[in-house]
Amino acid sequence: MITRRRLEYELVKHVVGPATLRFDTLRGELKRRKKKPRPDSPFGPPLEAAHKLKELMSLHYLAGRYADGAVPVAWVTSGFPVEFLRPFGFHAVYPENHAALCSAQKQVPELASAAEAEGYATDLCSYARCDLGSAFTGKTPVGRLPKPDLLCCCTNICQTLLYWYRALATHFNVPLVLIDPPFVYGKAKPHHHQYILDQMEELLAEAARVSRKQVSLAELVEVMHLAREGTALWGECLDASRNRPAPWTGFDGFVHIGPIVALRGTKECNAYYRLLRDELHDRVKKGIGGIKNERHRLMWDNLPIWYGLRELSTLLAERGFNFVCTSYTNAWAEGGALVDPSQPMASMARAYSHVLLNQDLKNRLSVLERLARTYEVEGAVLHSDRSCKPYSVGQIDLKDRLQKALGIRVLLFEADHADPRAYAKEPAENRLTAFLESFA
Amino acid sequence: MGIDVGSTTTKGVLLGDDGALLECVLEPTAPRIDEQSREVVARLKQKGGELPVGATGYGRKRVPTARAVTEITCHAKGAFFRLKRQGLLVDIGGQDTKVIHLGAQGDVQDFSMNDKCAAGTGRFLEVILGRLNVPLAEVSAYAARAPRVVSISSTCTVFAESEVVSLIAEGEPVEGIVKGLHASLASRVRAQAGTLSPSAEIFMSGGVALNQAMVAALAQAMGRAITVLPEPQLIGALGAALSVAG
Ligand code: SF4
Repeated sequence: MITRRRLEYELVKHVVGPATLRFDTLRGELKRRKKKPRPDSPFGPPLEAAHKLKELMSLHYLAGRYADGAVPVAWVTSGFPVEFLRPFGFHAVYPENHAALCSAQKQVPELASAAEAEGYATDLCSYARCDLGSAFTGKTPVGRLPKPDLLCCCTNICQTLLYWYRALATHFNVPLVLIDPPFVYGKAKPHHHQYILDQMEELLAEAARVSRKQVSLAELVEVMHLAREGTALWGECLDASRNRPAPWTGFDGFVHIGPIVALRGTKECNAYYRLLRDELHDRVKKGIGGIKNERHRLMWDNLPIWYGLRELSTLLAERGFNFVCTSYTNAWAEGGALVDPSQPMASMARAYSHVLLNQDLKNRLSVLERLARTYEVEGAVLHSDRSCKPYSVGQIDLKDRLQKALGIRVLLFEADHADPRAYAKEPAENRLTAFLESFA
Repeated sequence: MGIDVGSTTTKGVLLGDDGALLECVLEPTAPRIDEQSREVVARLKQKGGELPVGATGYGRKRVPTARAVTEITCHAKGAFFRLKRQGLLVDIGGQDTKVIHLGAQGDVQDFSMNDKCAAGTGRFLEVILGRLNVPLAEVSAYAARAPRVVSISSTCTVFAESEVVSLIAEGEPVEGIVKGLHASLASRVRAQAGTLSPSAEIFMSGGVALNQAMVAALAQAMGRAITVLPEPQLIGALGAALSVAG
């Protein structure tokens, strides 16, 4: 029997939500048509797909408000094999993605302060502080986050996540499943993969228990196909920036990453990236750039600075600079190719231990070198992220090695991915501007 | 013409066709940057007529009708214009300290700036010398008289200030503390220079370069002689003028 809560959820997700959001988009479209575009804007025309992105992500959060009590809800980390949860019918919530949204909406200081008031140190990842603060206060820019039935943590990006999810597990009093890929020095060993595989089996058992549903291997393989296709499509979108001018900016890439993180393994996700890819290819054909006057091409390393995206992108675009590739957005395109639906579990174990932050510096350097060469950049900005240590440790060495290996200019740029209180705006922009001037 | 609105002093220069400085202005930075800079530019215009204005320094964006260029670029341009050779340029400013690796063409190869706080900047010296009641004009004499260096281990300006207070209470001579202070600042600059071209010749620009004690301390820390640029305070303004000159 379908419960009332379930009915509400399905209605919002499939009928009311899409209709309302479609209406919002049309209204926005009309308003935009009336408003003349700023002739002095350094950016190319805005991406049409951006409306669809907004609809898609808003629907995800809107449906989330009605998810708990209707379907099983899992809170997952960005590097978790979320595909596995889909056939069980989970609604997945990404606290990192949510924290990025809070940051872009300038709500992190308030939420992080709430966590700090509970004793969490300001040195802790600002995503964690924001999310815990949101959990403690119930405040969120998306109206409401559904309470989790299961917490899913994969430490392939950092160990902080484990402590953070343990705190969530205590707060919500729900079970936590852990996938803990060993750190890869050089190449991962077969027993490492076996260790991950064993944990994946445990995850499937726990997911079945919480959702009270059994799924077949065929269903898992089907969703893996979707996830693989989604990451490949995302890769094609990024790849479009190999053209000159790049049809979009690296900052656009940060924003459009939403679906591949939060909706990976769904048809909607893939449909969205097909749309985006086609638009980008069309722009390439027509010679339309993400910025009007692309004079220099750069690479970005580490997380974005969510609260400063607009200011920083404008500062760059005005001077003819574009980030044509970023190690962060690329990370979601890399793993997909390793997934082999003919060996579903084993290849997933490989793919999920192979992510950028789970590998030693030599591997990271080779990824950066490959990106720099493929996208033909003249310089790189390594964002030294105040509260994301795993991504930032080693960047001084990376800077030296990149400079030496490729002869490009490299800047270490200090900021924080989500907390503007750890960002000295004037000195930081001064440094970035001086760096850009050095290309003259 | 160029104007350098620093956190402590505002400098303006009028550059002749032959590269000579036709007029210089140097005054403490006032709270109303736009008004002050307008007056400085007006004074330069009286001598030189209508010319493009380049502005640098922390207040550069508030100089009316000027093209804003960062201090890194301007110090590099100014220094290379003066010396015509590559090297490592150190500028200890009021708010930040810059180390710039100047390439053979005068281009900025790489640079580093100090962290977000006042440690390792001119402000560090200013605060603590103020606490010691040592007038800026006499700093070099104090350091020269020091019987020995009293080491200051705190790098944070606020901690260093309280460390100095206890050193005075322990009866350490002011001269030794002054010398120790310079050594401490110099070692921070050395750390900041890090891997930037370790064997290059070192130049110094900025007002702090007039402080002999600082030049000596830096030379000792870096293990090399230091070339102080002529009129070091005006290098930023000179670079700003050069960056808009045809
Ligand atoms: S510390 Fe870094 S890798 Fe870990 S959750 Fe925070 S942002 Fe992500």
